[in-house]
Amino acid sequence: MSRRDRAVVVTGLGLVSCAGEGIEAHLAAFAAAGPPRTDAESFAPYPVHPVAPLALDTQIPKKSDQRQMEAWQRLGVYAAGLALDSAGVKDDSGFKSALQLIVAAGGGERDYAVDGAILTGLRGTNDPGAYLNERLLNDLRPTLFLAQLSNLLAGNISIVHGVTGASRTFMGEESSGVDALRIGHARIASGQVETMMVGGSYSAERPDVMVVHEMGGYLLKPDYRPVFERGDGGGFVLGSAAAFLVLESAEHAAARGARALARLMPVANDRVARAPGSVSASLTRLIGEAGIERPDVVLSGATGLRDLAAEEVAGIRAALPETGIRATGDLIGHPLEVAAPFGAALAAAFCAAGSAREVVVTSVGHRRGEGVIRVVAA
Amino acid sequence: MSAPRSSSTHDAQGRPLVAVTGVGIVTSLGRGAAENWDALTAGRSGIRSIARFPTEGLRTRIAGTVDFLDTDPLVAPLLSERFATVAAEEAVAQSGIGARFPGGLFVAVPPVEMEWPQRQALAEAAGEPDEVTYGGLQRAAASRRFDAWHDLFIFGTVADRIADRFGTKGSPISLSTACSSGATAIQLGVEAIRRGEMEAALCIGTDGSVNPESLIRFSLLSALSTQNDPPEGASKPFSKNRDGFVMGEGAAALVLESAESARARGATILGYVLGCGEKGDGFHRTRSSPDGAPVIAAMRAALDDAGLAPDAIDHVNAHGTSTPENDKMEALGCSAVFGERVSRLPISSNKSMIGHTLTAAGAIEAVVSLLTIRHGRIPPTINYAVPDPALLLDVVGTARDVPVSRVLSNSFGFGGQNTCLVLGDEPA
Repeated sequence: MSRRDRAVVVTGLGLVSCAGEGIEAHLAAFAAAGPPRTDAESFAPYPVHPVAPLALDTQIPKKSDQRQMEAWQRLGVYAAGLALDSAGVKDDSGFKSALQLIVAAGGGERDYAVDGAILTGLRGTNDPGAYLNERLLNDLRPTLFLAQLSNLLAGNISIVHGVTGASRTFMGEESSGVDALRIGHARIASGQVETMMVGGSYSAERPDVMVVHEMGGYLLKPDYRPVFERGDGGGFVLGSAAAFLVLESAEHAAARGARALARLMPVANDRVARAPGSVSASLTRLIGEAGIERPDVVLSGATGLRDLAAEEVAGIRAALPETGIRATGDLIGHPLEVAAPFGAALAAAFCAAGSAREVVVTSVGHRRGEGVIRVVAA
Repeated sequence: MSAPRSSSTHDAQGRPLVAVTGVGIVTSLGRGAAENWDALTAGRSGIRSIARFPTEGLRTRIAGTVDFLDTDPLVAPLLSERFATVAAEEAVAQSGIGARFPGGLFVAVPPVEMEWPQRQALAEAAGEPDEVTYGGLQRAAASRRFDAWHDLFIFGTVADRIADRFGTKGSPISLSTACSSGATAIQLGVEAIRRGEMEAALCIGTDGSVNPESLIRFSLLSALSTQNDPPEGASKPFSKNRDGFVMGEGAAALVLESAESARARGATILGYVLGCGEKGDGFHRTRSSPDGAPVIAAMRAALDDAGLAPDAIDHVNAHGTSTPENDKMEALGCSAVFGERVSRLPISSNKSMIGHTLTAAGAIEAVVSLLTIRHGRIPPTINYAVPDPALLLDVVGTARDVPVSRVLSNSFGFGGQNTCLVLGDEPA
């Protein structure tokens, strides 16, 4: 009964980052190979790669919907809309009502002014518990909760775009993006479902995430440098980005006359205990497991942490000594959960444009998880 | 011609049958299946006045907190990890599957973020003379004194540590589908076993997020009961005077195995996950489509996946949150799926006693469903003193002894999440 070998094709792509929006903008930015657009001022000493200005109304027509979302959700809903457009299904309510979602995401923004005012006030009160209760009750916007909840990116995609098959949200930083692709692929390949939209969204332009990633010393300061040329311990430069891929069984895509942009192969990933050499060995093994043949390029989602990047490159080189490695961090920065979906989407764009026959995407999480994604021409 | 039949190892669609060989549970009622079962069937409530933090000024001052387990610091991700670990230890021990779990991990965890005591510590370390700003918190973080908190407040850590503790294989999945998360964790495990990717899956739902901000967030959405006195009377699913849910905490874990593998190693099979169904709803961020179509579709999808007609269901373990909206929509959905039989089909909500355990609820209620099947006794919906006459349901007001072979367990969540499971004593 096993139908695990059904071909899974990519029929829609939605990309948003500091490099712009859409497939062409990202192919052009990759070809230009210049430094990514960086803002080193707004959140100094932390540089970020801010998202390009978006005409939100084109994908999120209702202002009331825009108001009920924070930036991370708006980016994601926008990119999901681009992916649906690209797949030619934006107005196909039948397709969208069966389309299932796997979203890789963390959580949303906080109200920074409220947090600051509460922390200031807490210093001067004798009754911190009662003060915190009173301020939170009075100062939190009721709808902010829904703008923060991890699964509400998927919820907003359902509301705004009518994608109502069902959704699951995977959390867990970089590896959640790889897992979303792996399970999305496996469900289609095995015949459990015909269509899925997989992706994620990350807003870097928010000071709370810099607090979390400064703890542990994971952020590069004060300026952007290319991912594989970062001195000392290196670090990541957070980037705002969203990426979604519409995946279909090849039969389903053919039956509706959709163009297959590329084929997504079974995703190989793991989580090994971190010790010197373990990431390299894991990646080398996963490249074998993923059935990589003669890739035109490796798109690395390397975070920019120096030792991990070195292990990743060594692991790739051991299996693919001839293949060039490009860091997607040099195009869009590090968008955590979105790194793997973005890499897979860019790989599919190369295949669709005829500039590659086989692309490997690698992902090594800053704390856990190694993944290898193989995308080939359809 | 006869319809395709399931075998002892495969269902009627030829997929591997998914057996449950271990369960574990922690709620405000206690630790372990035995303690919880005794309390649930006795109609005891775990809802009490919140002791964990000051509740002065709050409209809701009650919850089903798990007060007999704690952590240092007392923050949601650590509590969630602790509950999950306790539940999984019980489930894995019962299954006898061994110390190195031979399959994947799917864990439903509440969204994680830094909490107020940690923000305050950073603010203090920053020592800004006037207003506290995030710039100050960042500078405090750069002192390296708080590095240990990075892992505490990223999303993947709970699953990572549970994976290490139980030796699960591969990349652990941390997931959320809001209040249906626990059911989704089980669904992901079922799907992986059916695909033949693994012979066993450890599926967990956990939630330890009763803290001031979480409570206030739900309060601001007018989702919580404000009937603080007496605490045990506040959660009243399907009652006319229901006025919101009560937050609860806890965890449940299930060891799922292909029936073939469970039989091969001589494991005791506690029951089967016969079907999983889901359907999204794009109507509103917190409300269901008024016609109930997605809720109905999710229930029917679970029945279809199990290869069962509605008549084959003996009992509904309700989502039953005790909010005016949920209970009305769930009753509407059940009426559509079960027809006039709904008035004779026993339905009950565990949340009347343990509150709404949010991320954990789907897993906890799946475990209670399996215990219900095993004991032939349906736990009551307590506080059902003033039935809502608009809901034509057979709500189980006191524990009822009746043979139960198959249970439909419902989970519905914010963001249009609807996930239903069919659990049974034997293959369909």
